[in-house]
Amino acid sequence: MEAFTTHTGRVVPLRRSNVDTDQIIPAHWLKKVTRDGFEDGLFEAWRKQDDFVLNQKAYKGGTVLVAGEDFGTGSSREHAVWALQNYGFKAVISPRFADIFRGNSLKNGLLTVVLPQQTVDALWALAESDPSAEVTVDLVQRKVFGPGVEAAFELDENARWRLLEGLDDISLTLKNDDAISAYESGRPAFKPLTQQA
Amino acid sequence: MGRTLAEKVWEDHVVTRADGEPDLLFIDLHLLHEVTSPQAFDGLRKNGRQVRRTDLTIATEDHNTPTIDIDKPVADPVSRTQLETLRKNCADFGVRLHPLGDVEQGVVHVVGPQLGLTQPGMTVVCGDSHTSTHGAFGALAFGIGTSQVEHVLATQTLPMAPFRTMAVTVNGELPEDVTAKDLILAVIAKIGTGGGQGYVIEYRGEAVEKLSMEARMTICNMSIEAGARAGMIAPDATTFEYVRGREHAPRGADWDAAVEYWKTLRTDEDAVFDHEVVIDGGELAPFVTWGTNPGQGAPLSASVPDPASFEDEGAKVAAEKALEYMGLRAGQPLREVGVDTVFVGSCTNGRIEDLRSAAAVLQGRQVADGTRMLVVPGSVRVSLQAVEEGLDKIFTEAGAEWRHAGCSMCLGMNPDQLKPGERAASTSNRNFEGRQGKGGRTHLVSPQVAAATAVLGRLASPADLTDVPALVEA
Repeated sequence: MEAFTTHTGRVVPLRRSNVDTDQIIPAHWLKKVTRDGFEDGLFEAWRKQDDFVLNQKAYKGGTVLVAGEDFGTGSSREHAVWALQNYGFKAVISPRFADIFRGNSLKNGLLTVVLPQQTVDALWALAESDPSAEVTVDLVQRKVFGPGVEAAFELDENARWRLLEGLDDISLTLKNDDAISAYESGRPAFKPLTQQA
Repeated sequence: MGRTLAEKVWEDHVVTRADGEPDLLFIDLHLLHEVTSPQAFDGLRKNGRQVRRTDLTIATEDHNTPTIDIDKPVADPVSRTQLETLRKNCADFGVRLHPLGDVEQGVVHVVGPQLGLTQPGMTVVCGDSHTSTHGAFGALAFGIGTSQVEHVLATQTLPMAPFRTMAVTVNGELPEDVTAKDLILAVIAKIGTGGGQGYVIEYRGEAVEKLSMEARMTICNMSIEAGARAGMIAPDATTFEYVRGREHAPRGADWDAAVEYWKTLRTDEDAVFDHEVVIDGGELAPFVTWGTNPGQGAPLSASVPDPASFEDEGAKVAAEKALEYMGLRAGQPLREVGVDTVFVGSCTNGRIEDLRSAAAVLQGRQVADGTRMLVVPGSVRVSLQAVEEGLDKIFTEAGAEWRHAGCSMCLGMNPDQLKPGERAASTSNRNFEGRQGKGGRTHLVSPQVAAATAVLGRLASPADLTDVPALVEA
């Protein structure tokens, strides 16, 4: 996984709440069997509307997506995270994320930052009055700052450490191989098996 | 202090626990399908890893599969590649697979319970958000992303952040025309699509205890639509009877030991939930959604709400956008909303009881002119049972299309899709923009409301059919 320490980039203001993963990447894109090539599917339906934020020149190259609450609801498709990353986003800011989307982001090094609606409002106002304004999302200091905006955010220490180090969860878990084996040997006999191993 | 059901199941699966780290949980059952697994198997290959427990893993094909001409090659080459990829991955890694054409094929969340693989007190995961369905058995079941699918394949465990507990208590008795679907739609409308975020919900109370296993699955299935990590219902005699005798159910002494353990899986009387919601079941009515997220719903007897009536600014804007997308106007009675397509199926409402209740409404009646009705059983087994009971005949004689099993129009990954601007009454779980086809408009409903809507060509409940009496054969 790509490590995340700090990132500075321009804001793309997405004035919508309840952005579900079907909007982020529609189902027909999910037939692909790779983790890349999803950038053209990102917000596919909305990008057909001229006034959609990603179609405005001023926001081309923005890397910090700022959205309303309940971002990433619905389907567990990790393709939503890949599509955002393939397009070039490094961080997403919202007052509330759906749990599975947030977990998927963490596994891929896309930083999800929870900030209150009033900070989101301030970031929207900043990006709309000056699309060239840059903000910094700093995971080391757990802070988001830019012209006229500064806000601290929380992220549990373990998740932060894994992001900062870009750690592969599977390798970490496999260090507990003995504990897994011990657990397995104590499982009740009545638990079902799908087949004989 | 006592523990909740969710806490008990969680505790029984902790492999490692350390300060400042998420618990590492053992996973009892891993379900796979073609859409969210290819990149996970690739990851295993890249790192030279194996599937740790092929005996706790099972795959089926559901999202991409066609529901007609299933004996012919899959027409869409991209879908075909994805199905072939799953077949190769399962063969290479030794995973049991039920492919298209197999008698055990079907929607993954219908297949697991039907085989008896879903049992109380288990941890169940799948790369699919509707894995919450399995919580109906008192299992802790959650949807995961593809990276986590790879993690479970490699280690049979998952590091999981702690959760909060919520009780949704439904008191009283549901009115006769109110189904599990109406109940869960009402719950989501009450707490919102983010209301369950971070929580495992336990559904309890008299009205829940009286529900069949299939109705309980409908409820737990849509927990994710309220943003919850999982939904659960304490196992009881109804649960045990449903599991008993199924292919993978415990037998003999194992059965006795299992039931003894399952009986302990109830929230202790002195346990405290982090949040509680109480609903009077007797007050509920048939429910439909009017918007573009599952929380935007109202009783069928109501009218489309006026966005201006929402106090919260975000909710107001969301309602405006939803009405524009849905082509509805504030104040329009929901019963006057005309519908082009009716879809009965999905992991929410594609089981035999769902088909029976839709068929009971349709029997002797006709699907309205200009309305298309698709009936897609949740699995081949459900389909066979329906045929044995003659339900397929009721559907086809009414003018509905009887299809093969799969996810179908719930998400339109196969050719079953809405056209732009088309409006559907659907027994599925998501009314997101474009969910059932680009530009398609979805109203989520119960199977009964779906069938009545098909007859009248507009949103309706069976009670509205008094003017359309069923034809009685002479």
